Amino acid sequence: MASAEAIASAQEIASALKIARPKALATLIRLLGGLDPAEDALQEALARALEVWPQRGLPDNPSAWLIQTGRNKAIDQIRRRSLESAYCRAERQLASGGPPDLDLSADALRLHLRDDLLRLVFTCCHPSLSEDLQIALTLKTIAGLSVEEIARAFLLQPRAMEQRLVRAKRRLAEERVPYEVPDARALPGRLGTVLSVVYLIFNEGYKAHRAPELVRRDLCLEALRLARLLKRLYGGEPEVGGLLALILLQHSRRDARLDGAGDIVALDEQDRGLWDRQMIVEGQALVEQALRRKQPGPYQIQAAIAALHAGPETAAATDWAQIAELYGILERYQGGPVVRLNRAVAIAKAGDLAVGLAMLDDLSGQPEMQRYHHFHAARAALLAEAGDAPAALERYEAALGLAANPAEQAYLRRRIGALRKI
Amino acid sequence: MLYTLLIYQAEEEVEALSAAEEEAALAEHRKLHEVTRGNGTFVAASRLVPTGAATTVRRKDGEVRLIDGPFAETKEQLLGLYILDCASLEEATGYAKMLPSVPTGCIEVRPIMYMSDPPEKR
Repeated sequence: MASAEAIASAQEIASALKIARPKALATLIRLLGGLDPAEDALQEALARALEVWPQRGLPDNPSAWLIQTGRNKAIDQIRRRSLESAYCRAERQLASGGPPDLDLSADALRLHLRDDLLRLVFTCCHPSLSEDLQIALTLKTIAGLSVEEIARAFLLQPRAMEQRLVRAKRRLAEERVPYEVPDARALPGRLGTVLSVVYLIFNEGYKAHRAPELVRRDLCLEALRLARLLKRLYGGEPEVGGLLALILLQHSRRDARLDGAGDIVALDEQDRGLWDRQMIVEGQALVEQALRRKQPGPYQIQAAIAALHAGPETAAATDWAQIAELYGILERYQGGPVVRLNRAVAIAKAGDLAVGLAMLDDLSGQPEMQRYHHFHAARAALLAEAGDAPAALERYEAALGLAANPAEQAYLRRRIGALRKI
Repeated sequence: MLYTLLIYQAEEEVEALSAAEEEAALAEHRKLHEVTRGNGTFVAASRLVPTGAATTVRRKDGEVRLIDGPFAETKEQLLGLYILDCASLEEATGYAKMLPSVPTGCIEVRPIMYMSDPPEKR
């Protein structure tokens, strides 16, 4: 449909739709009384937008346009399908999806938008869905990714991803999950689930390394957008700010994490000039803002740790003592060997090499750690620092046997090579 | 006369920009930097961290309080600003038109009544 006289470029339209889509869907669910009819109506409205917008230009309020168009399409369809009496029934149904509010003025839409979006967020991340289903549904309905995009990001066939989405919706229907914002008592737990879904999406993208997986890096940006959306909706919750800060601070290092050959560069060897300073500044500001409220939580603490890594100009200037202390606090919220491992490393780097190594010795009995290549690699690094090259080599070899990712294997081989030269 | 160019745009719009669009916008900023530095009108420019990280200090119920977020929920947010030394309002608005936020956002051009000398960099 693109013509030479197009007023709105394809890119402008794509950006506008990205913003408008979740808002329109959230409101259509309220107006039409369900996720499925809302998605159908939105689909029609999106198709119409792609026809009309290039010529007429973007509407003043794209989400209101999509809602209006989608709602009209839904009513048309009901009209076409049935007799006038059935239409009256449908009209009643439309209204029963929420308060009988069919006022589509910009003010009325704005008034409901926050609640509409939150209902959608909490429904997609409902505890009756498994993590896989929560992630898939969130990316589809809130982030607005296509089934193909989500499938590609998770290395699945589109059909398999489609089935996953169908399963998610069926589960919501079977369990009669109410479409609502949880009450105050349930809120902290439910909000925690929402945050963890967003963080899982980020980590899924963050794990991606080599070129064929580059598409997965888009997941990091989607997670960032979702975290920003949550911050707007739930700005008063310090953990929401903590999550946004954590994602910003980790993502700020994206260009320094891999070298030209696609190999992993350890944090202390990264070119700090490649770090995204603007993301770091924003992340640090959010950490400060959140901590001021004195309601610490795991995301805030992890973000504070990331901020301590991001601050100094050289790796040598890192304040390991404070990082070790923060890991100690994090252990109160998130027990488990991985946090303990990080704490042990921080303690060692802060100067207590023997204490750190002893903590790792204690951990080595855990089967989970025995299978975890980072554990062996961390132990190897500390052993090497303590001057025990043979033991360090042995641990690096163990790590190499467990690492599945080619970039990580290459990194470990370089370490082994360096130790053999000594 | 010193003028400030206050850049207002919906943060959501800026967040939704693709990498290519973001780069195109930055190129327009670089161009304005180049022009105004070249003719000596440039004084300062800044890009602000998104309003989510803002803290508002406000007196409420007889008490000075800190509130997370910007002071008002508005459609458009203050994203950054330029300070330029221009001969006329016309010159200042001419530079404002060069900014990439103009198509969807807006630029508020206001003369500066008072500005202290910039301190030595800390």
